[in-house]
Amino acid sequence: MSGSDNKIAAVEAWDISKHFGGTIALNKASFRCQPGSIHALIGENGAGKSTLIKIFSGVTIPDSGTLQISGQGVIIRSPADAARYGVVPVFQELSLMPHLTVAENIFVTNPPRNRLGLIDRSQLRAQTDRFFSDLGFTHIDPNAMISELPLAQRQLVEIAKALSRIPKVLILDEGTSALSVHDVELVFRVIRRLRDEGCSIIFISHRMSEVEEIADTLTIFRDGQDVGSFAIGSVARDEMVQLMIGRKLEQVFPPKPDPALPAGTPVLEVKNLKWEQTLDDISFSLQKGEILGLGGLDGQGQGELLFALFGLLRGLKGEIHINGEHKQINGPDAATRAGINLALIPEDRKTEGLILPTSVGDNLTLAVLDTLSHFGLVENGKEQSTIQYAVERMQIKTASPRIPVRALSGGNQQKVVIGKWLMTEASVYLLHDPTRGIDVGTKQEIYQLMRTLVDNGASILFFSTELSELVGMCSRVLVLYEGRIFRELKGKDITEENIVSAALGFQSDDEFLMPAAAMEA
Amino acid sequence: MTTAIHIHSSVPTVSPIRRFVSRNFRVLVTYSILLVLLLLNIQLNAKFFTPPVITSSFNQSMTLIFAGMAQTSVVISSGIDLSVGPVISLSNSLASAVFADGAFGMIGTVLLVLLVGVLCGLINGLIIVYGRLQPIIVTLATASVYSGVALFLRPRPGGFVPRLYGDLLTSRLSAILQPLSGEQKLTGSIFDYIPASAILLVLVLLVVWQPFRRSKLGLWVYAVGSNQGAAYMSGVNVNRAKIAAYVMSGIFAAIAGLFLTAQTLSGDATKGGVFTLQSIAVVVLGGTSLFGGSGGVAGTIAGAFVLPIIRSILFFARIDPLQQPLWEGAVILLAVTAGASRILTIKNRLNLMR
Amino acid sequence: MAVSSNTSDNTGFGLWRWFNNLERQQRSVVIAYLMIIVLVVLGSLLVTPNFASPTFLIKQLQQASFLGIIAAGQMAVILTGNIDLSVSWTLNLAAVLATSIAGGQDSGFIPGILVGLGVGVGVGLINGIGVAYLRIPSMVLTLGMNALLKGMIVVYNGSAPKFEQAPPLLSWFATEILGDIIPVAVLFWIVISIVNYVVLNRSALGRKTYAVGNNEVAAYLSGIKTRRVLVGAFVLSGVMNALAGLMIAGNAGRSFNEMGEPFLLPAIAAVVVGGTSILGGSGKYLGTVAGVILIRLLDSALNIVQVPPAVRDITFGLVILAMLFLYGRAEKARE
Repeated sequence: MSGSDNKIAAVEAWDISKHFGGTIALNKASFRCQPGSIHALIGENGAGKSTLIKIFSGVTIPDSGTLQISGQGVIIRSPADAARYGVVPVFQELSLMPHLTVAENIFVTNPPRNRLGLIDRSQLRAQTDRFFSDLGFTHIDPNAMISELPLAQRQLVEIAKALSRIPKVLILDEGTSALSVHDVELVFRVIRRLRDEGCSIIFISHRMSEVEEIADTLTIFRDGQDVGSFAIGSVARDEMVQLMIGRKLEQVFPPKPDPALPAGTPVLEVKNLKWEQTLDDISFSLQKGEILGLGGLDGQGQGELLFALFGLLRGLKGEIHINGEHKQINGPDAATRAGINLALIPEDRKTEGLILPTSVGDNLTLAVLDTLSHFGLVENGKEQSTIQYAVERMQIKTASPRIPVRALSGGNQQKVVIGKWLMTEASVYLLHDPTRGIDVGTKQEIYQLMRTLVDNGASILFFSTELSELVGMCSRVLVLYEGRIFRELKGKDITEENIVSAALGFQSDDEFLMPAAAMEA
Repeated sequence: MTTAIHIHSSVPTVSPIRRFVSRNFRVLVTYSILLVLLLLNIQLNAKFFTPPVITSSFNQSMTLIFAGMAQTSVVISSGIDLSVGPVISLSNSLASAVFADGAFGMIGTVLLVLLVGVLCGLINGLIIVYGRLQPIIVTLATASVYSGVALFLRPRPGGFVPRLYGDLLTSRLSAILQPLSGEQKLTGSIFDYIPASAILLVLVLLVVWQPFRRSKLGLWVYAVGSNQGAAYMSGVNVNRAKIAAYVMSGIFAAIAGLFLTAQTLSGDATKGGVFTLQSIAVVVLGGTSLFGGSGGVAGTIAGAFVLPIIRSILFFARIDPLQQPLWEGAVILLAVTAGASRILTIKNRLNLMR
Repeated sequence: MAVSSNTSDNTGFGLWRWFNNLERQQRSVVIAYLMIIVLVVLGSLLVTPNFASPTFLIKQLQQASFLGIIAAGQMAVILTGNIDLSVSWTLNLAAVLATSIAGGQDSGFIPGILVGLGVGVGVGLINGIGVAYLRIPSMVLTLGMNALLKGMIVVYNGSAPKFEQAPPLLSWFATEILGDIIPVAVLFWIVISIVNYVVLNRSALGRKTYAVGNNEVAAYLSGIKTRRVLVGAFVLSGVMNALAGLMIAGNAGRSFNEMGEPFLLPAIAAVVVGGTSILGGSGKYLGTVAGVILIRLLDSALNIVQVPPAVRDITFGLVILAMLFLYGRAEKARE
């Protein structure tokens, strides 16, 4: 495709900048995608690729910069605008209406109508049937409601919906993350056909193997900028990794302590945990001062395990021991009580971790309001000094603890979530992908902080989707696969290759073929 | 969410009956309750299946049915309309005033009232959409305005409504058809058992509700209620859909007011007020989720029949009429609590709060 | 929540700048109080010169105190993101039981009051448990509760005529104006307001209430017993409604059916006009007080000029809408 540089680009963006509150998401980024090509966009979490495609699809409006579609300067203010220019995005489950049927969802903007102007149901069904058989999505029932479908089928419907709008530019943002290998093949076949018909496809995936299989061209993003574009195969993998992270791996993580940990009573011991179809006989223990990693592909029960420990799951079977004592934990208030002292840093800090409209200070004291109070009234002096302490200790960059936490950058917001638990003197921190969407510098601060926490006697159960973090931080890593602990890795065995092969469910290293998830490294 | 290779079969065959039951479970429960109550009623009252009783049962439920349909249209879009009652009052007052004036004739009056209903709904919708304000507060305020306009038109109860208009909507079909059939007596025929109001209901369903439900705009109202963000992302005109929902509410409330006018043969600017809260109760009884996106008028209609039937059962069971409101309240409370059974099936405590 | 202005600048635009530097919530409160002043000035110019007289205003406050007490409870519920629609018949049942138990005698005053307030606690508990533990939408549950309470009154009143005269002591509490300056009812309202203000602004419970209203999931995950906070808000509302019912009965000299009907919607309107978001999580107690006074003054002004009820209703609705537009309260962002 490299010879086509003189053609008019399907989509072209120059010097796009965008910031949210204090975070710079895009900093004069440029991007150019040829017609009739599949263009992959890769980069670490928070590198700005999602923001860029949200700008293309009218969800986000840039602060500055120029956009061109097929050589024409355009301003895209809404998804409807984008659709008019033929730009159609596929986000994860973002555009499906759960109470509508598959067929209604796909043709919601333009359903077939009869002479009276009413929706013709049989025509709608027939149209969807034809469309699905054309795509090869024959295993999806057009009359099923979205809420009745499993996740993978929803994702296929999402893709089908985008295709039904006859895109000139199709954007797939992690659009294949929930799909099985077979479904991915179906999607790839359709995408290739689209490309051959002259459509451009912008493809974002964290599975490098998929990128290499499907894409023609590749653009790498780092810290809100494009740092390089290549034809697929023209650049070696480690070079790409270097471009993505922009520095040597070793520099990122604070040094690990001596692996020999005191072998006393574990702070946390889990015995035969079972829940629904998601957790299957999980047993492990966590020592004082240890960072224990949880690995595996996203959605293998890691999130549920953290929820289970925090008392959020009903009908949980198995035992949880804290400092050798068997405890019943039936909710966060029990989990945070003295004697158990757990702390959860949840997956989505905006909806689960923070109260966005209220101040940084109010968020920091949320978990300790009662201890800061005397006769039910919050003591101002105590409160201020607590907030002060947390802001300094967590190095939260904020003009004042009185500004709404919403105005902080993602990384500083995450520090507030962690800082909330400093005051409870939590003994075990349950971390759910805490560095997602955080800039590289802040990530490093969070790693340092985790190290400080354990040095001061806390322990951490650390679920991360970034392999390098697990390798760089953990003394042991439990790799989960379909709700089971598939392998436990220790010391020198903790390598990205080993985690990936276990994550994919390979029994031994011999079967290790292609590190599909190694992209995050 | 695995990388294992699945072998796909073709479309999994879900039995249509099972799917129907699982999608309409709450509505079916309401109909079952209605059926049980009906049987109980028949047991207690030998005269239940006589023309006068059937007609009066329908007439007693009809205003509430239309009020409930009004509320249903906006609840589907995950909104709420607290001006349903006042719009009923307004159309009742307007109808009685215009009838008394006599300038528009019967059809003209009906059309005028419907137009005013559309206007009320349109105002609600426009303020909510373009003012970016919460429906509950906007309709609370416009409710006050519409009540005021109703009072302005009819400061005291009264007015003149032609008898013929009342008979057309509230009598039995036999009485209406009698002039057409000449010598033959229709009393005792099948037409004796069909209330005119039932015909009206069917007409409204066919001419107003179904076209709306099956139009693109109707689909959009469901889409917006189901997931507004997704609808917006899909290119649905969210504003237009929301305004449409409130306009539909205005139309149905106007129809309710027109029926109330036929029933009472007079105008009263305060008569409609009670229907605001009752309409919400009926929607919930009918199994439509207040969170929007699902449900419809089928359940609402059943819900609206439940209350008069309870009254009738209590009457024939010789229960002190003073206890009537208590039992009605208990049934409403029970019905809304029944929806709480879902909490038992939720396995993740967080999902209780979302 | 408590973000104060950080400007102490003394230029000619100082006041304006101060206003602009306020948080949106505080701005709403300022607007609401400015509206009160505007209303008093307009009232004394256009309606009657007496409008600004202390006697008149004191009388207004006394009348406003009943609505104020109800609005205090309603605000707590709205802050949690819920609504209490059982106001009317809760206060009615409390009043009916209290007067019939007291039997018009001051000797029966205490038992009557206790039973009346007990009604408030009971209704609040049931509402709160239904919303917090059974997760029934508050709008529906409190509506059903209202219907049930109405039925209970009809049954209670119906079997035999009940004594509905208020005991003299209750009337004293509701109508007495101490030294022609301060009505006892207003004293009650002030005490309740101080407690509410302190709880919402200074206490742990207040912080938790705002947290639950803003984001219950995050509050719950922080270890806050969010369900107890919800129950607490509903119990407060129940008790406030019951207390208002007693005062209204004392003011009217008796309890009667449907005495609570005119209070539900004005109470919600007062809270919203005072700048509290109907979605929960934000709002200032002082704003609610302003909203109550505003609605009361508006009502009186329209009463004095003897506009027809029609014009009164229309004005009332338009003023609420106008206030909402003034605040420019944006709906939850789409996306």
